[in-house]
This record gives sequence, C-alpha cells and structure tokens, in this order.
Amino acid sequence: MSKVELNKETGPREVFCGLTSIVWLHRRMPDAFFLVVGSRTCAHLIQSAAGVMIFAEPRFGTAILEEKDLAGLADAHEELDRVVNDLISRRPEIKTLFLVGSCPSEVIKLDLATVAEKLNKRFLGQVRFVNYSGSGIETTFTQGEDGALKALVPLMESTDDEKLLLVGTLANNVEDRFKKIFNHIGITNVESFPPRQSTELPKIGKNTKVLLTQPYLSDTVRDLKHRGCEIIYAPFPLGVEGSTKWFLAGADAFKINELKVHEVIAPLANRARQALEKHTEILRGKKLFLLPESQLEISLARFLHNECGMELIEVGTPYLNKDLMDEELNLLPDDTKIVEGQHVEKQLDRVRASSPDLVVCGMGLANPLEAEGISTKWSIEMVFSPIHGIDQAADLAGLFSRPLKRNQILTSKTLATH
Amino acid sequence: MELTLWTYEGPPHVGAMRVASSMKDIHYVLHAPQGDTYADLLFTMIERRGQRPPVTYTTFQARDLGGDTAELVKRNITEAVERFKPKTLLVGESCTAELIQDQPGALAKGMGFDIPIVNLELPAYSKKENWGASETFYQLIRTLLKDKVNEIDKINPQRWKSLGRRPKVNILGPTLLGFRCRDDVIEIQRILSEQGIDTNVVAPLGSSPEDIERLTDADINVCLYHEIAEISCEWLKRNCGMEYTTTIPIGIKNTIKFIHEIHEKLDLPLTNKGELEHKSKLPWYSKSVDSNYLTGKRVFIFGDGTHAIAAAKIAKDELGFEVVGLGTYSREMARQVRAVAKDLNIEALITNSYLEVEDAMKKASPELVLGTQMERHSAKRLGIPCAVISTPMHVQDVPARYSPQMGWEGANVIFDDWVHPLMMGLEEHLIDMFKHDFEFVDGHQSHLGHTATNAPDNKETKHEQSNISIKEEKSILWTESGKAELTKVPFFVRGKVKSNTEKYALSKGLPEINDETLYDAKAFFG
Repeated sequence: MSKVELNKETGPREVFCGLTSIVWLHRRMPDAFFLVVGSRTCAHLIQSAAGVMIFAEPRFGTAILEEKDLAGLADAHEELDRVVNDLISRRPEIKTLFLVGSCPSEVIKLDLATVAEKLNKRFLGQVRFVNYSGSGIETTFTQGEDGALKALVPLMESTDDEKLLLVGTLANNVEDRFKKIFNHIGITNVESFPPRQSTELPKIGKNTKVLLTQPYLSDTVRDLKHRGCEIIYAPFPLGVEGSTKWFLAGADAFKINELKVHEVIAPLANRARQALEKHTEILRGKKLFLLPESQLEISLARFLHNECGMELIEVGTPYLNKDLMDEELNLLPDDTKIVEGQHVEKQLDRVRASSPDLVVCGMGLANPLEAEGISTKWSIEMVFSPIHGIDQAADLAGLFSRPLKRNQILTSKTLATH
Repeated sequence: MELTLWTYEGPPHVGAMRVASSMKDIHYVLHAPQGDTYADLLFTMIERRGQRPPVTYTTFQARDLGGDTAELVKRNITEAVERFKPKTLLVGESCTAELIQDQPGALAKGMGFDIPIVNLELPAYSKKENWGASETFYQLIRTLLKDKVNEIDKINPQRWKSLGRRPKVNILGPTLLGFRCRDDVIEIQRILSEQGIDTNVVAPLGSSPEDIERLTDADINVCLYHEIAEISCEWLKRNCGMEYTTTIPIGIKNTIKFIHEIHEKLDLPLTNKGELEHKSKLPWYSKSVDSNYLTGKRVFIFGDGTHAIAAAKIAKDELGFEVVGLGTYSREMARQVRAVAKDLNIEALITNSYLEVEDAMKKASPELVLGTQMERHSAKRLGIPCAVISTPMHVQDVPARYSPQMGWEGANVIFDDWVHPLMMGLEEHLIDMFKHDFEFVDGHQSHLGHTATNAPDNKETKHEQSNISIKEEKSILWTESGKAELTKVPFFVRGKVKSNTEKYALSKGLPEINDETLYDAKAFFG
C-alpha cells in the first residue's frame, strides 16, 4: 500500500459537469445523437465548451425546458416526444439517441428511462434510445462518459469468446496502435468500447477481460463485472511506464510471457524515452500543482514525476476510486498530497503560497493565474488530444513543457527593453 | 420544450455575471451546481480577462438536496463576504436552484451584513442573457439609489448652466461580452469631450457601487445599448427626471443625430455643425468612384437589435446597399426591428434558430452577410462573404487594436470591415472585362484575405459550378445553350442570375431555359 497522503475537501468548485463529455463522445460515435434534456444553461455550456459553430448541424442538442414544461410532468413527456420526432425526421441517419439528464431534469424528476422505453418501442428497428445523467449535481466532467457507457452495457450481447476489451474513449489512431501492439504481443481478439459505430457494440461475457484506458469509469466497471467480465487492474496507459505496465497487465491476463511483451515494447519504449528527453530537460525539477477536473490528474502526476522529473506540490482530483487507482497510487512518491474534491478559493490560496512553476487547471482559471505570473496548462486539452500510449508519451509531455518554454521565450532578456 | 442546437443568448444569470464582472468592488453569490462554473471561461478565455469573474458558486450536489441547501447558501455568502469584502453583494440563483426555491436573496438579506444586497430574481425558464443583464443593472441602480432619488429635486438637463460647470453625462449600457463596448466607450467619450461635455460615470463597465450612487450628479444619461440600459434609464427618468438619449451613434448619420440630440437636451449650442461630416472617412470613401460598385449590393443582416437596426440604416443610406433581409434574436427589440424592416419593404425575421436564419439567408441570395459569428459560418458554407456586427462574442470579436463600432472611428472600422470581404470595385470591373481571356480562372479570388470568396481553393468554386448543373429546378429544364450561357456569368453573381432566370421562366410559364431566356430575364429584371 502506498503512503500517499489522502485529503478530502468540500466547498465551491470550479469543475465542468458530466454534460461536457458529450463533446468527445459524439465524435467517437458519429451515428449517435446526444439530446440533453435541460435548460438554456446546459445548451450554453455545451456550445461554449465545444465550439459548436464549426458544425453545419451538430450531433448534439438540448431540449430546453420552458416554464410550461415545469408546470406538469405529463406535458414534459409529450413535449419531449414531439422534440424527438422532429429531430429524427430531420436527422434520419441517427442510429442511437442518448437522452441525457441534466440538473433541472433530475430535480424535477423527469423519468427519462420511461421515455426511452416508450420511444424504443415506437422506433423499433430504426433508432435505439438510451438514457443517462450528465447532471452537475451528480457527475463531474469525465463522469459523463461513465454514465453513457454504463447505459450501453445492457445492450451488449453475451458471448463466451475470449477477448480483450479496451474500455474508455480513445482517439482512433491510438486505438489502432494499441490493437496492433496487442496483436504483436499475441492477443488477437481485441475490441474497444465505446465502438466507432454505436450499433456495433462488442459482445461480452465471462471470458471478456477488461482493460481500462481511462480512470473515470467506476460505474461502467461495476456493471461489466456483473456481466461476468474480468477486470484487469493496472496503471493507465499514459507515459512509457504506465503504458508498459498496462500492456504487461493485459498480457498477463492472457498468460503471455513477460519477455514477449518486452520484446515488442522495448524498441518503442526506447524511442519514446529519447523523444521525451527534450521535454524533461524543461520539466525536470519544476514544481507542479494539479487542480481537479478530469480524474486523469493522478496518472498525469505519476507520469510527470516519474518520467519527467517534476516535483508534485498537490494533486487534486474531483473523485477518487481507490480500487481503480490503487496501482497508480503505488507508483507515486511517498507523501504525495492528494486532495479529493475542492474548495476553489482555499486551493488557489495554496497555489499562490506554494509558488508552483506550472498549474494544471480549467479554462476559467488559466488566464487569471497567468495574469498573476503563474504558468498554466488547461486540462480540457487532455481529453481532446491523443495522449495515450508509448508513442504519445512525448506529445503528452509536450503539453506541459510548451507553456514553460513559451514563458521562457517571452520573458527572456531579449524582450526586456527597460 | 424547445429543441436547440445552438443559442444566440445564454441564460439570464450569465447576463448578471456580465454586469458583475464589468464592475469593481462587487461580488455575486450564485446558488448553482458545479457545472455552471463553465460561464467563467466566457470571460477568461473569450474576453481574455486576467481576473476571475467575481462569482461564488454554491456548488450544491444531489446529496445536499435532501438536507439543508439553505445552510449551504448562507455558508457561501459568509465566506464570500469575508474573503472578497465587496461593497455591494448580488445574490441569485441559476436554473436548477430556481427549482429548489431556497430564495438565497432573502436569506442574504436576513444575515445582518452592513452592505447593500441586491436580490436577483431572474427567471431562467423564460428569460435570456440580455434580459438578465438589463434586469441586474436596473436592480442594482434601484437598490443603491432608491433612498437618494426621494431626497433630490428633479434633475433639469440644463442645470449645468446655473451650476457654472460644463455639462456632464452618464454613459450607460456597456458591459463585458458586449460587442466592441470597450472601444465604443472611448470613442463616445472622445466625441463628447470635443463638444465640451464631460463624462460623469460609465456603467456598468469599469464602475463601482460608489459610481452608481453618484449617477444623479450628471445632467442626462446616454443610453448606449438599449438591450442593457433602457430600463435603467427609464427608471432614472421616472424617479429623478433624468433625460436620456435614444439615438445609437453607429454610422455617420446617427452619430450626427446623436450629437444633435444631446445638444438639444442639454440646450448646448452646436458650434461645429459643418465639421461633423468630415470627421470620418466613410462619407468620402463611399462617394469615391471605386465604391460605385457597391451600389445595390444585396445585403442580409442579422444580429442583436441595436446592431441589426444600425447596420440596416448604414447599409441603405450610407453605403447604397440593398437590404434584402433583416432580423434579430432580441425579442425585446422585435418591434423596433420590424418597423425598420417595414420601411425597407421586407419582413423582419425574429428568431432564435440559426437554421431558420440560414434558410432565410439562402432564399435572399445576398452578396454580403452582416451577422453574428454563427452567420459567418453559415455564409461560409454558402460561399457568401460576411462581416460580423453583433454578439454572441467570439475571441475574434475582442481585437487587440482599437476598433469601435460607434462614432467617427466606428464608421471607419465599419467601412473597412464590410467592404473588404467584397471584391474591390476596380478589381471586379477588370474581371468582368477579361473573364473570357484564357488566363482567367473561373473562381478568381479577391486578394483580400479571410472570406469565402477567396476561402479554401478553386475546388469549392468548381464544386459550386457542378452543383449548378445538377441542382436544377424540378419543373424547369436548362438546355445546353442555357447552361453554357450561365457558366459565362461571373461566379459571384451566377447564383443570383440563375434564380432570377428561373423565377422569370416560371412567371412566363416557359418549359425550358435557353441562352435567350437568360437575356430576356436580364432585360426583365434590369
């Protein structure tokens, strides 16, 4: 058991809600539509986070509740029916429609499960409806993906075939890479969840071995376990170390010799370590403060400390699942300060008091901290960029070295004219 | 329930945040769940602010709902007051908190603070961002001035004479996330000071609660953005007789009208009447021969009420365009927009749906679109040049350089921003002359940067061309000679010529369109 220091904090937060995960989920499954049942705030949140204007018509939208919908629930169900009908006649290419609950829909107890059930009957064979909640009173940011995947688990057919199932959204190129490497290692039946087409859900069963690619999937893991899947516990595939251990854990579950894994991975790892060097030159010895947002913070801290030589001041995380994170916590240096939850004001006091060289934080905080002279890396980029795997280790490090390098360029003596 | 893929305005509490973030010494406690903190990025990323919005989110969670959320509100209020020491506290709720009815404003008032507390009730399920900003500004003014207005005499706009000082005005309405507000304020103050008029207070942008308390030191108010300040101006007029201006000084004619209005209200002689026409380059640039080619350019306008109306007037009266579409997402200003549209013999489009706007744009087949960032994207898809004239804000709408919309410099900026996306007159003329030469590439691009006319590459134009031959009206057949003649028409008017010819053919009951039909239609439409 690791000797990290676990703390909890409550108070005002500066974190996105689970609706935000629609931004990458809709890209992963281009045949799906995400319909938030919520308020104008929900619609505004998603468009602000997603840069919606670049789409002619995005594959997500909001059924905005109005005063008349709040008056009586029966109305709200009918209204939602009408909106869904309009949507499907306008977008006949939709194969799966996610009804996404929000803070207001949860508070008025709008029963989206019942709505989905009815719609499933009506649109049988044409569109499939699933529901989950992305509300900010229950979920933060990446937990929205957990909800969406959990909602798909009951639709996955059963099989006794032995397979490796990679769970968690990956960039397509990273997914291809992972499959290829596992094939070289000797595991041929590798599938991903979520799939690239919402209708092509992998089959699962007692011979399915689940390897997580993302750390924020607690509920999905629980349901996969109930379906008989075996969960492989491992560090997450960020950086050379995490990815290597991740591949090893996967291979071990298939009783493949460790030597075989190293044989495949060693050249990749050597190449990646070389590529990392130019970033570690900048990052080594620098003090890092991670604010909570994506639940990737612990894995990132492990990578940035162990492979890039950064010093960890504090590692914030919105939520900590000790079972899933145990392997990661063991890799952290002793006495690493981990804070679950947030009191944003107190945490910012600690940021200022510890004069970090780099703060990982949300977009709302980045420029204000920069204006105080503190370099930042906004964390939302971590969920939009391909950062997983050995080949991406240098790119991942680059996300953190770039702001420091830029700072160096802009504040160098050549610019100081006075 | 309304299906929304994208919305022009945020919820009303974002409007309240715009007012709070524009000001100093003020704090806003917002009863809201954690996700609502996204709104901070509108200020820190889009507007590139180096300060966090002065907002505390109570961050209630599902597990709090069974318990005492009111206690949570009070704890957050206490902490915020201790930490930020505001001189005035705004207290309100976002959409979800409105449903659980903790009444945070009333709670705050019962907590015994010795600072003014403004209780904001902004109905999230019926109102929107600009309304929220307007209501917040009004409630703030009312709270801070309601005692004072009872004590003072009605304010005579001409009192500056007897007080032996220069006339003084307030400039009301500019906020963060308002279109070019930062620069409009500078431009208007510059114009006023040239006329010998002092600025008393600019609010909300840059003001403090103390500034709000001394609004009544001014002789009149300048209502710079109706969406935000009209209700406040009306209240100040009703309660202390303060007159306010209603002309929005965008464009030369309205800037001059604005100056006249202000002088009349203050009874200040206007001594430089003759000079005003020459303060901006727009009138001469518009008159210069190159601009002949702007005559009758078809322009489609959509934006907030203030900017859409101003754009229509400039387009028609100052640049000689033909306005073929006018609309707004500001329902509060629908009446005014409709009136302007009626004068132009068109029907105003009042909608929140960008897809409806895009459809209307398509039907109007304009040569230039003046719209929001969303219309810029729609226009790009349709291959029509576009200039942005209105919020919602985008990082590009906060340029580093000085670029107001109002006043003399505003008119200069508008001339450049609207005309540059179009082909320059001389260039257009040359293309027309040489279009049959072998050097001429169909889809010739303007040398001026950033719009669809010269956007990606020739592929788009070719694609468009092939679309023309494919997407024929079901009922009308284009003969080979008709098609051939159509390709000879310059690409930038080809769409228009095609639809006019089809319209003509339909009206004459012609079964097909040949080369002669094109010329007949041309003669018919003139």
